[in-house]
Amino acid sequence: MNPSPEFKRVPVSGLDVERVRADFPILKLRVNGKPLVYLDNAASSQMPQPVLDRWIRYQTTQHSNIHRAVHYLSETATAEYEGARGKLAAFINAKEEREVIFTSGTTDAINLVAHSYGRTFIGPGDEIVLTTLEHHANIVPWQMVAEEKGARLRVVPVNDRGELIFDEYLNLLGPRTRLVGVGHVSNALGTINPVREMIAAAHERGIPVLVDGAQAAPHMPLDMQALDCDFYAFSGHKMFGPTGIGVLYGKAAWLEKMQPYKGGGDMILSVTFEKTVFNVIPGKFEAGTPPIAAAITLGAAADYIAGIGLERIHAHETDLLDYATDQVNRMPGVRIVGTAEKKAAVLSFVVDGVHPHDVGTLLNEEGVAVRTGHHCAQPVMQRFGIPATSRASFAFYNTHSEVDALVAGIRKVQKVLG
Amino acid sequence: MADTKQLYQEVILDHNRKPRNWGVLPDATHRAEGHNPLCGDHLTVTLRLRDAMVDAVNIQGESCAICKASASMMTMAVKGKSRDDAERMVQEFRDFATGQLEPAGPHHLGRLTVFAGVRDLPPRVKCAILPWHTLHAALNDQASTTTEAEADPVHAPMGNA
Repeated sequence: MNPSPEFKRVPVSGLDVERVRADFPILKLRVNGKPLVYLDNAASSQMPQPVLDRWIRYQTTQHSNIHRAVHYLSETATAEYEGARGKLAAFINAKEEREVIFTSGTTDAINLVAHSYGRTFIGPGDEIVLTTLEHHANIVPWQMVAEEKGARLRVVPVNDRGELIFDEYLNLLGPRTRLVGVGHVSNALGTINPVREMIAAAHERGIPVLVDGAQAAPHMPLDMQALDCDFYAFSGHKMFGPTGIGVLYGKAAWLEKMQPYKGGGDMILSVTFEKTVFNVIPGKFEAGTPPIAAAITLGAAADYIAGIGLERIHAHETDLLDYATDQVNRMPGVRIVGTAEKKAAVLSFVVDGVHPHDVGTLLNEEGVAVRTGHHCAQPVMQRFGIPATSRASFAFYNTHSEVDALVAGIRKVQKVLG
Repeated sequence: MADTKQLYQEVILDHNRKPRNWGVLPDATHRAEGHNPLCGDHLTVTLRLRDAMVDAVNIQGESCAICKASASMMTMAVKGKSRDDAERMVQEFRDFATGQLEPAGPHHLGRLTVFAGVRDLPPRVKCAILPWHTLHAALNDQASTTTEAEADPVHAPMGNA
């Protein structure tokens, strides 16, 4: 089967992919004797050389602890760390830099809100509205709060395409709803949820909204002020930065009202054994020495992405997803799970009669890296009546020929195990 | 000659396509369900012990190719063996799959060394072990078992479950 002619290497996005790829040393790797085809970006993305260099430059010329001493290195590290906060604030168009809290990742950011907002503002009989599409990281922390407080979870269902049913969402918003938690983009299916409309509807009823943006941050322009969400969480390592760092954006008005999450240094103004006065935001939520190098490197990743341009990235990935969707749809015995009208660069699929783990292992033999399993989204799998899927997820450095390698790999899977 | 590092050897593909001793034994004396919650694999092992011998053993379930082939070859390997010999094979297969026992032996695994490929693929070790783990549970009158938590066959100490 030939690739459909209408998709043949049309540079719709104007993105010079080969030039971009040259920035990513790991993409030159060979796996099992084949060129690496890295299609597991929704799990974790790769770091480009300028971002890697930033880490080295920090550790070799700027490192010390922050917010502490008066010596040169401490002041430099503090300035760079706070500079990174500024870069991230600009990246998401936050109104104020102090609304950006560095966390260890999306999971940590959501747990912060569950702890600091949940334990104060959620009580017995209250309700937390989540969706079927949520990653476990946006389910379990709320389940823990609900159990502790005697609150309950309400869940927005999805249709067969994997889109949230908006009317059902509206029906779930009630006088006891204390929070809406929704993923911006489904990690398992790629569905882009109508978060702006969901936030507006919640705000009409005075309900705050947390958006899990882990899968959105690397793929589309983010604007906290336009979105008007109360909280937004995302991870560094999914946006070409390092692991161990992430961001919680929170409206200052909320963050000021919330109790600290962890106790320790940096989150205090003064401590006696009788009383501790907490620091102002963002310091209040950054107890202990933070991952300074990771935060600064994440700032460099935000710069790198901005340098390419998220509009161009989005256009390139949409083109890639359309091409991949078309190619996979042409394959008998392969079914795409998640066919929402609005999707980000995720292609979840099942091969008739073949377990996803076998698909993953056989694709690996061809150098193609996909994720197989339930993607930490078991309720999504239950909704579609499957234990697992194989998932190809794209970044701006992926190419049409890598999609072709995926398709050829799936064909081999069918030949071997069909 | 086939590359022994390769996981999907012809014999494995054959057992996946046509699993032997498939179904549930109507007159089983022992039975256990095995479950891998991470991938949804589940397997039922039914067997008939007579005079401490594995007189018959069947498998049935839904799983990946590695798990199904391992189950099928397991039934052939332990049928007619004493209970103690079957348990020894469980131990040996587990050690073999986790890299603690070399294919060259000494062991009693015979053709089962065809699964050598999983030794290089840690996430797939549990797929190959699940049937054996479930057999062990059945032999020890444990109704169900899972590949996770304390029951994790990769880490759990052997012995009566």
